[in-house]
Amino acid sequence: MLSPIILSLKISAIATVISFFWGVFFAYIINKRDIPCKNLLESILILPIVLPPSVVGYILLVVLGKRGIIGSFLLERFGIQLVFTWVGAVIAAVIVSLPLMYQNSKAALVSIDPIYEKAARTLGSSEWRIFRTILFPLSWPGIISGTALSFARAMGEFGATLMVAGNIPQRTQTIPTAIYFAVESGDNRLANSLVFIMTAFSFVMIYTLNQWLKKKNYVGGKG
Amino acid sequence: MKNKLYFRIMKKLDSFTLNIEYGFEKGVLVIQGESGAGKTTILNCISGLTTPDEGRIEYDSTVVFDSCRSINLPAKNRSIGYLFQSYALFPNMTVMDNICYGLRNKPEYKDKKKREALISYAEYVMNTFGIYHLKRKYPNSISGGEKQRTAFARAIAAKPKLLLLDEPFSALDEDTKEIIYKEFKHIKDFFQTPAILITHSLAEGEMFANQRIVLKHGRISKEAKAAV
Repeated sequence: MLSPIILSLKISAIATVISFFWGVFFAYIINKRDIPCKNLLESILILPIVLPPSVVGYILLVVLGKRGIIGSFLLERFGIQLVFTWVGAVIAAVIVSLPLMYQNSKAALVSIDPIYEKAARTLGSSEWRIFRTILFPLSWPGIISGTALSFARAMGEFGATLMVAGNIPQRTQTIPTAIYFAVESGDNRLANSLVFIMTAFSFVMIYTLNQWLKKKNYVGGKG
Repeated sequence: MKNKLYFRIMKKLDSFTLNIEYGFEKGVLVIQGESGAGKTTILNCISGLTTPDEGRIEYDSTVVFDSCRSINLPAKNRSIGYLFQSYALFPNMTVMDNICYGLRNKPEYKDKKKREALISYAEYVMNTFGIYHLKRKYPNSISGGEKQRTAFARAIAAKPKLLLLDEPFSALDEDTKEIIYKEFKHIKDFFQTPAILITHSLAEGEMFANQRIVLKHGRISKEAKAAV
């Protein structure tokens, strides 16, 4: 029973770290910098939220599979196979959790009064320093919310993970896939235990996050 | 000429075109006019926060914007001290960090000896503004008058070549205003930085102006030199 829990935590943690950096990065460049094709980029980023997980999984399978554009390249050049490995599960988790990270980071960043950026510019600050010293600290509560939700989404990812990584015990079997196959094979004891662990873990995380957010007394709005 | 400010700004706005040309050598230029007359747009154009459609802006012998020569220095390189109407103090930083923010952007801040001199100067500015005792406080825990002084000190501490003050007294109650007026008069004489002050109040205009212009629909409707 431990193996899917450890694997789920490992996959979710790695996926969350990747989503964190990319989510904040895209939220910043799309909403605070002048770049071309903003709408197109944003639509592509958010697309996995509206697509069924099986569709996301199928697309990933086509792209990352042995005959896919990226999959065949990696296999031929470096001997790396992504499908039916835990790395494939990480990629699936990143794709489905990145929109949540992006949306939360975006909401936090756009809620910051632009007057602070203007003030910082007149004080001689570079855009990078404005991000580091003002935008990031002021949007921190929103970014933390996004990180927690992304982690929860990555932990709960089922459809895309099953299609890309399969359900190989000890190697790619995560909590959601383990629950599904436990129910299918009639192992209710295992299913109940995993469901309890997953629910308790998610509850504690959301509860702790809410408590922490209540304690933050400044927000990125008008200060 | 040093300290001389000249600006010619043409900027299309929603309901009219801002078209203004003015120059002054030192002291305080007060700009008055109805809401939406283009006063803040002038300050934003001079500071580099907004780009004029056409024109030329020059101060302290430096051309910061010239549409004919495609010169447009970014706001961070214009050495402007901008006091915003809402003060724009960074809520995640203490009063001390707010005041040192501009100093930390200076190249000399990387040099340890020069850094100490800059911090001493920031402390000196804080003492001059009577806010040294607030240095560890956050903006949300100080009064309106203290916020105003902090924002003013922050603008001055970065040693700007030009000060832009956008209705700095409008959010203060009458009693605090009287105190701040006296301090502002003293500080403006003390630091000698040329300034542009936007205000709705005629009394403030008369109190601080070396020169005064009144703006209407993006053009100068009245101009006066005052003896201060």
